[in-house]
Amino acid sequence: MQPFKTHTGVAAPLNRVNVDTDAIIPKQFLKKIERTGFGKHLFHEWRYSDYEGTAENPDFILNQPTYRKATVLLARDNFGCGSSREHAPWALGDFGFRLIIAPSFADIFYNNCMKNGILLARLKSKEIDEIFDFVGKNKGAVISADLPAQTVTAGRKVYKFQIDAFNKECLLKGLDGIGWTLQFEDKITAYENKIKAEHPWLNR
Amino acid sequence: MFEKIWQDHLVRSSQGDTSLIYIDLHLVHEVTSPQAFAALRENKRAVRCPQKTVATMDHNVSTRTKDITKADAISRTQMDTLSKNCQEFGVKLYDFADEDQGIVHVIGPEQGLTQPGMTIVCGDSHTATHGAFGSLAFGIGTSEVEHVLATQTLQSNPPKTMLINIDGKLGKKVTSKDIILYIIGQIGTAGGTGYVIEYAGSAIQDLSMEARMTICNMSIEAGARAGMIAPDDVTFSYIQGRDFAPKGPDWEKAVAYWKTLPSDKGAKFDKVINIKAEDIKPMVTWGTSPGQVTSVDGVVPDPESMKDAVARTAAKNALAYMDLQPGTKITDIKIDKVFIGSCTNGRIEDLRAAAQIVIGRRVAPGVTAIVVPGSGRVRLQAEREGLDRIFTNAGFEWRFAGCSMCLGMNDDQLKKGERCASTSNRNFEGRQGPGGRTHLMSPEMAAVAALEGKITDIRKYATI
Repeated sequence: MQPFKTHTGVAAPLNRVNVDTDAIIPKQFLKKIERTGFGKHLFHEWRYSDYEGTAENPDFILNQPTYRKATVLLARDNFGCGSSREHAPWALGDFGFRLIIAPSFADIFYNNCMKNGILLARLKSKEIDEIFDFVGKNKGAVISADLPAQTVTAGRKVYKFQIDAFNKECLLKGLDGIGWTLQFEDKITAYENKIKAEHPWLNR
Repeated sequence: MFEKIWQDHLVRSSQGDTSLIYIDLHLVHEVTSPQAFAALRENKRAVRCPQKTVATMDHNVSTRTKDITKADAISRTQMDTLSKNCQEFGVKLYDFADEDQGIVHVIGPEQGLTQPGMTIVCGDSHTATHGAFGSLAFGIGTSEVEHVLATQTLQSNPPKTMLINIDGKLGKKVTSKDIILYIIGQIGTAGGTGYVIEYAGSAIQDLSMEARMTICNMSIEAGARAGMIAPDDVTFSYIQGRDFAPKGPDWEKAVAYWKTLPSDKGAKFDKVINIKAEDIKPMVTWGTSPGQVTSVDGVVPDPESMKDAVARTAAKNALAYMDLQPGTKITDIKIDKVFIGSCTNGRIEDLRAAAQIVIGRRVAPGVTAIVVPGSGRVRLQAEREGLDRIFTNAGFEWRFAGCSMCLGMNDDQLKKGERCASTSNRNFEGRQGPGGRTHLMSPEMAAVAALEGKITDIRKYATI
């Protein structure tokens, strides 16, 4: 996983609540067996005016010249809700997004992003309103995130966000979660032995 | 109950980092697993407990034929990949041709794989279904699928707990689908974010296992990590005798353990919500998020009357997409298609309920209605009971098992602008097909909509 320490990039405002993972990457693109190449299908139904994805919808934010190379996404409540598909962060990452800022994220989506080196910064609704206002008035403005300091900077304002220590560490180091867990393999084996004795019916 | 299961599965407590919890059952399907198996192969890792891993094909399968060559080339690659992966890593697979194939959340319970007190995960958000047995069950992403395959554990810190009490008696023709839609309408689609919900109260205890599964299934639509219901005699008698249920002396031991699981009197929850069963009516969604829901005797709301600016914009967008006007009576909404099935409502009891409405009647002209059993076993059971003939005589199509039009990954899709009465779980834009419009409801409500060609109040419908 690509480590995340700091990031600065153009912020695209996506002013919608409850953006679900079906909208982020529709089902017809879930059939690949690789993790790459999903970026061109990101937000497919909003981004293109035809099913085949050949005609861009000029009104959609990411099709506007200012935001075509955006790497920061500014979003609303419950971003990433619905299906557990990790294809959603794969598509966002493949497009170029490294940082998403919103008042709240769906739980599974949050975990999935953490495993893919995308930082999700949860800020208060009022602060998000402020940032929407800021990028509305300063089109193409950049927003920065500093993970060690746990801050997001938009213009002159600095906002603090919370992240649990383990996710922070994994992101900073680009840690392989399985490698981390396997250092406790003896504990897993001990648990399995205990459960064999206590709950024998679970030994299929 | 959550606490007890959590504690019983702790392999390692967090020391300021993350806890490791043991996973008893890992369900796998073709869409969210290929990249996980590929990564295992790359890193020369094995599946730690193949015997605790069970796979099926459900999302992509055709429901018209059992002939895999009829599936599109990319779907076929995904299904072939799952077959190869299961063979290589020693994982049991119910493939498309298997009699017991079906939606992963239908076959787990019907095979007796799902049991109280277990931790169950799957690369699918509707894994919450299995919580109906008093297990801790939740959806995970593909990286976590890989993690569970390799270690049989998951890195996780405990979520908050919410108790939703539903006391009283449900009204006539009010189902568990209406309960969960009502709850989502009350707490919102992010109301459960960060929580595991326990559903309790007399109205929940009165429900069958199938009905309990419908409620837990849609916990994710309330934003919750998982939903659970305390195991009781209804649970035990559902499990007893199933293929993978504990047998002989193990059965007694298991039941004794399962009886220790329900929350103790006075157990503390981070949040408690009380609902009167009598307040719940048959529910129908009008928008593009499951929280945009009202009772069947209601009207499409007016976005202008909404105080919150963000909700107002969301409602406006939804009404534009759904092509609905504020103030329209729900029962004046005409439909083109009906879908009865999915991991939410594709079980035998759902099909029985719908068949009861349909018997001796005809699907309205111009309406296409399909019934997709949740599994091969559900299909077989329904055929034994003659339900297939009730449906086909009425003009419904009778299909093979799969996820089908719940998400339209196969060829069962809505066309642009088509409106569907659906027993599935998500009314997102494009979910059932690009440009398709979804109204979520119970199986009986969907059945009566098929007959009338419009959304109809089941309570006022002349029933047999």
